[in-house]
Amino acid sequence: MNAPNQSGWKPTTPAAGEGKFGGPATTTGNKALMLEEPLIFEIADNQTTGVDLPEVDTSATTRLGGMARDADIGLPGLAEPEAIRHYTRLSRQNYGIDLGFFPLGSCTMKHNPRLNEKVARMPGFADVHPLQPVDTVRGALGVINELAHWLIKLTGMHGVAMSPKAGAHGELCGILCIRAALEARGDAREVVLVPESAHGTNPATAAFAGYRVEGIPANADGRVDLEALKARLGPDVAAVMITNPNTCGLFEPDMRAISDAVHAAGGFVYCDGANFNAIVGRVRPGDLGVDAMHINLHKTFSTPHGGGGPGSGPVVLSEALSPFGPLPYTARTKDGVVHLVEEEGADAFAKEHFGGPLSHFGRMTAFHGQMGMFTRALTYMLSHGADGLKQVAEDAVLNANYILRSMEDVLYAPYAPSGPCMHEALFGDKDFADGLSTMDLAKGMIDEGYHPMTMYFPLVVHGAMLVEPTETESKATIDQFITAFRSVVERAKAGDQTLATAPHYAPRSRMDETQAARKPLLAYTDPE
Amino acid sequence: MRYLPLTDTDRSAMLDTIGASSVDDLFIDVPEVARLDGPIRDLPMHAGEMAVEKHMRTLSKQNLAAADAAFFLGAGAYRHHVPASVDHIIQRGEFLTAYTPYQPEIAQGTLQMLFEFQSQVARLYGCAVANASMYDGSTACWEAVAMAHRVTKRKRVVLSGALHPHYAEVVRTMAKFTDDDIAGAKPAISAQPDNAGLIARIDDNTSCVVVQYPDILGRLPDLEEIAEAAHAKGALLIAVNTEPVALGAIKSPGELGADIVVGEGQSIGVGLQFGGPYLGLFAVRDKKHVRQMPGRLCGETVDADGKRGFVLTLSTREQHIRREKATSNICTNSGLCALAFSVHMTLLGEKGLRQLAAENHRLSCIAADKLAAVPGVTVLNDSFFNEFTIMFDADARQIVRDLAEDKILAGVSLGRLYPDVDAFSGGLLVAVTETTTEEDIETLCSALKEKLA
Repeated sequence: MNAPNQSGWKPTTPAAGEGKFGGPATTTGNKALMLEEPLIFEIADNQTTGVDLPEVDTSATTRLGGMARDADIGLPGLAEPEAIRHYTRLSRQNYGIDLGFFPLGSCTMKHNPRLNEKVARMPGFADVHPLQPVDTVRGALGVINELAHWLIKLTGMHGVAMSPKAGAHGELCGILCIRAALEARGDAREVVLVPESAHGTNPATAAFAGYRVEGIPANADGRVDLEALKARLGPDVAAVMITNPNTCGLFEPDMRAISDAVHAAGGFVYCDGANFNAIVGRVRPGDLGVDAMHINLHKTFSTPHGGGGPGSGPVVLSEALSPFGPLPYTARTKDGVVHLVEEEGADAFAKEHFGGPLSHFGRMTAFHGQMGMFTRALTYMLSHGADGLKQVAEDAVLNANYILRSMEDVLYAPYAPSGPCMHEALFGDKDFADGLSTMDLAKGMIDEGYHPMTMYFPLVVHGAMLVEPTETESKATIDQFITAFRSVVERAKAGDQTLATAPHYAPRSRMDETQAARKPLLAYTDPE
Repeated sequence: MRYLPLTDTDRSAMLDTIGASSVDDLFIDVPEVARLDGPIRDLPMHAGEMAVEKHMRTLSKQNLAAADAAFFLGAGAYRHHVPASVDHIIQRGEFLTAYTPYQPEIAQGTLQMLFEFQSQVARLYGCAVANASMYDGSTACWEAVAMAHRVTKRKRVVLSGALHPHYAEVVRTMAKFTDDDIAGAKPAISAQPDNAGLIARIDDNTSCVVVQYPDILGRLPDLEEIAEAAHAKGALLIAVNTEPVALGAIKSPGELGADIVVGEGQSIGVGLQFGGPYLGLFAVRDKKHVRQMPGRLCGETVDADGKRGFVLTLSTREQHIRREKATSNICTNSGLCALAFSVHMTLLGEKGLRQLAAENHRLSCIAADKLAAVPGVTVLNDSFFNEFTIMFDADARQIVRDLAEDKILAGVSLGRLYPDVDAFSGGLLVAVTETTTEEDIETLCSALKEKLA
């Protein structure tokens, strides 16, 4: 084991018993830069506004057909300086990638380039309406088409549905394509096979699409058990949903054999592309026999996570599934013009350009997808290029393996003996002292200034900790993280009970989630 | 490579630690058949900021931005002025680069914002509880239909003919896979919405009635009457709103008896963006339905020291816990758009939203009157908020295309929305907001006068 920290940096350990910031209580409850902030409903009123609008005599409005509002809405308003301060103060209670290392497994929290933000705000992209005459939006259609080209080339697939709004929406799109394709050949299959290690969205999606969900067994190396899968395949299996690299952070070495077996049994292969960052530019899922895969532009292609979206989940499709994709779609014809194909004229367009009508399963959303994310993702792809994206995958995998090998002597790493991981390293809580858990370790990492890893996922490893560093971290940052991670692990193994009450230095200590669920308070109520 | 901090020295030191001779050793699990010998072909190599920005600017210039035209489009996406501070706040890295608040102790900023957002939406909709957002109005509409199925255990869905046709198409698409039976219709081209016809379609098997308010033609249906009829048959009323600014001037769907209120929040804070990302709003009038709601919910609680704080709650409804038994498969939603909405709404406040709504309505009345005075133009609506339908004896789609050449974006033709209904070909939806000037209205009127002469 090499010294985990080659930079000479050492963490400052707080003196025992120092507690919460030491010092005396303050009158305001504030602690210097850590400011308590009330709700807007507690500081604002219904007479204040932060915008200048004309006073209009509302009694003159006669066209509202008897529906004119008479009751107050109860919306609080703030003048601009107060509003800016409110949200700035709130922002400071958040951890973000800009602030520090955010190794949240399966979420790919990489740096969000600011050029992307600048481009998305160009008036030609930000200030165009989805239903403008197509001749006034050829550049926007061009962006969609160029991004589609990148996605098809990077995945080695045949087509792509651009409209899904996020990963789970993309999964749904892919599964609906599969169901439509099966129905088109009069093949009513009932079962979708999903590994236990899958993201929860996989079984939820398959169930929504009307399928019965059954598990796929894993082998001791954390991979799909190929023989067990083959034994289960049959005329009732519509599809298998496989995450590759899987949620244990491992590449499925039998992926091609799995696909061949599924195809031979008449089913389709859905690949969850959440972990595409590990292989982008290096491996094309199309070469592995995948029929459909969603791509989270907010993971692999750096569009911001935004505190929980918006995402974007285009779905690449094999030749067999492409005719079933949803409307609308874009297509570039031989004359170089990019067309928007909607319900109207879809058959005529397909007849002219593809030799016959297609069998679209329908429409996923009102308009054309997450344009604001398309511009960002395309900007990112053009910045990296094919060579840079390959380097992205390699550095992401290198960083994860470096963490795996720098931790395995102190922390249980169930799959480390079987070989390298991909873009994320998986650990378990096997050697923790009684009474201390993965949750406690995660909260201890908060005190050390890190966003914790993904906890308790995947479900197949007890007390799982999934660490995804991404490629946008320097070696120095990762070395510092390893030093801190090792120290918290040692504390968990030694039974340091201060972890059980961590975090000690965050804006809040541990939250009472039971009370939140038992007596849900989901909206502000005015005091009596 | 400006986004990659590792140097070659770092890489080789790290490979040493790992015990690998090259990075290829880390990809040994990739089957031979899928190994590539270099960067993927037919794609360009990396490029600097200047070159990329130039390429993207060229594409952006091929679009006619709304600000460069006399602009009257609506039909589910509206152009409003968004205060500069909104964009500043959503670009703060602590909001922009955070994720779903799985660690509440270091995500109180996002969580408190979501609690405030939920409270604002609930009040705007006249509801008890709103969730932390969906993808957009159309997907929220489908989720409401799916929820009504869960609540009523019925499968027959009655869609108002005047529901946005793309929303109806999303519902129809999804229903194919859940065996819900969708009874749709086309809108009647009439001055008043056909409430009687809609009510006649509700029966004892109806799970829900879906009504847009204001509707696709801009009219204002009396939801109260529909709610009573639906409730009498044990069905839920789902109200769909695509223009939240309207609710500053008209009664909320909740106060009129809607059980689930969903809609598009894009008007407040988000911008046009060629259709996405947008912001799905979802609320229920009665708390008793909370556990059947889809999506994330943020709730108030206390921390171990008794301090108030916020967490994601009731997650036993959700896919990451319930897996195939979840109320929805949604995971990532529209968090940053919810922030934009909430900041804009806080800047408006009660007073600003009421003023904004009044100004939209005032300008729309002016536009309707001026258009009505153009020979060959008839205004269809008796009632409207900021969007109404005009009819002429010519193909409105062609007129829209022609006027676009003179930088007049005249509206959304009914032919674009209902290409299969010949009777609608002379219809045009015209939306007017505070960003529309009286000069824009004059420009549109003169152009139509010339075209229709």
